[in-house]
Amino acid sequence: MMKKSAPALVRRIPWVLVVFVAALTIPWVGSRYDTFLATQIAISALFAMSLNLLLGTTGLVSFGHVAYFGIGSYVCGILMKTYAVPFSIALPAAAIGSALGALVFGFFCVRLTKIYFAMLTLAFSQIIWAICYKWNDVTGGDQGIPDVPYPNLDWMSSIPLLGDLRIAQQFYVLTLIVVMLSLAAIQRIIASPFGLMLTTIRENPERAASIGLNVRRYELSAFVIAGGFAGIAGALFGIFNRGVFSDFVYWPKSAEVMIMTILGGIDHFWGPVVGAATLVLLNQEITSYTQYWPFVLGTILLLLLFVFPGGIVGGLTTGLEWLRRKTGRRASA
Amino acid sequence: MLEVHGLSKSFGGFRAVSDVDLAVAEGEIAAVIGPNGAGKSTLFSLITGHLQPTAGRVLVNGRDVTGVAPYKICGMGLGRSFQHTNIFPKLTVLENVRAALLAHRGQGPNFWSRANQLCHGEAEALLASIGLAPQARATAGTLSYGNQKQLELGIALASDPKILLLDEPTAGMSASETHETIALIERIARERRLTLLFTEHDMAVVFSIAHRIAVMHQGRVIAHGDPAAVRADAQVRRVYLGDAPMGPRS
Repeated sequence: MMKKSAPALVRRIPWVLVVFVAALTIPWVGSRYDTFLATQIAISALFAMSLNLLLGTTGLVSFGHVAYFGIGSYVCGILMKTYAVPFSIALPAAAIGSALGALVFGFFCVRLTKIYFAMLTLAFSQIIWAICYKWNDVTGGDQGIPDVPYPNLDWMSSIPLLGDLRIAQQFYVLTLIVVMLSLAAIQRIIASPFGLMLTTIRENPERAASIGLNVRRYELSAFVIAGGFAGIAGALFGIFNRGVFSDFVYWPKSAEVMIMTILGGIDHFWGPVVGAATLVLLNQEITSYTQYWPFVLGTILLLLLFVFPGGIVGGLTTGLEWLRRKTGRRASA
Repeated sequence: MLEVHGLSKSFGGFRAVSDVDLAVAEGEIAAVIGPNGAGKSTLFSLITGHLQPTAGRVLVNGRDVTGVAPYKICGMGLGRSFQHTNIFPKLTVLENVRAALLAHRGQGPNFWSRANQLCHGEAEALLASIGLAPQARATAGTLSYGNQKQLELGIALASDPKILLLDEPTAGMSASETHETIALIERIARERRLTLLFTEHDMAVVFSIAHRIAVMHQGRVIAHGDPAAVRADAQVRRVYLGDAPMGPRS
């Protein structure tokens, strides 16, 4: 009984809110550069979380998740730069655009399984990349869309404390709000009956069909939702980066987000967030020390994955459980 | 209740199931027996839509369900357990059953309620009826083999089936586990007035609970009827010669 009460209490804390409040202090307690990194981490965390809806929850390995990130950043970037559409419309448009893209491509992908599914997602993402790279009139081709404007954040100036911040820091606050609302929604989805159905498909698709689930339709729904949230991350990233470029949609980005997700741990809700923070910070630290950073980064990742096969969060929870069992035994002895 | 007419399935040139006719009446407990490779599992997969038949028809309550996708067949009152244990190993025992209950009630697309607040009483009751209430919070994959088989039965029952197909429900079990499982299945079939079709290699089990038996050999039904008739059949004796003795062991 004692053993159960502690985690139950931990579970009742609204962690998304706690993390939000903690991250919100960064512009005031940290440097401008810290805020820059925190923005990047928040956006990457949402991107990784959207991928994990497929990878960890549904058991679908997508090698082309960047396609929907890319669609989101182009839709938002083009609307805001070329057509001067406000952010409050451009962001939902990006999410819907990405979700629609995921619906069309996903329709074909869920007809295949395992490695064939993965290869088809990769192929579709390369098609999107080719379109972004070549369609000069709309996407700016290899020039991309430079100078995507910041959203109009005048409303923040009337709020005490927020009003004194620079625009980049205000955009961080906006990013944090959007990301945390998205994470809360994803958490809710995972805990819902729909989320439970997705986990049954991950565990055993054949059995899932026998309890009456149309497995393909559920997989497609997950694919569309994940695509939509990736699109939100992409839209934010285009503004953060002050421009949208075709390498946003290139396949190494898919690999990067997959590394973040697996590094953090696919079996835990917070895994992708921890993975995103770890990779962004590692990347930052190592590039400032050596030009051979991919080599050092690769070595560190390799070691981390060997030490924590369930990702960082997976390793930590296993460690904590071991500790609790040990102390619990001592207390009862 | 369940009728099978001229059902056949070929894999390449190999006829795994060949021109099988079968009828199970409502409330009846029927068994399909036969040596390994006789086509019993293939026959089950054809009935539940996991495999497309090469020829023949499957009727459930007079409705033609031949080749209908498994997830739709489940909604027509036909539940199934598998020969190889088929549960959701990383979920808890309670979640396994709850998922099946929610799916059956059309709650699958609900993405806003909290799953762990729904169907609680029903899930607990179902676990109690299959004797798994004490293990409700355990991770399903850590259960003993016998308990996993029980859980599988529980998942199948969650869809409130009228007909239940059990593929070797006691495969790999010890003698005492087999005994308990059969007692459980018999009790549940009686309580829920289920129509039961099962395969089994343990002849003692088959002859103790089945009302009707069909014997398969090399993809064909070579005999069917009540236990006494099947036991007396000369061809059945020839097929089983040197195999498990026919009839109860006692």
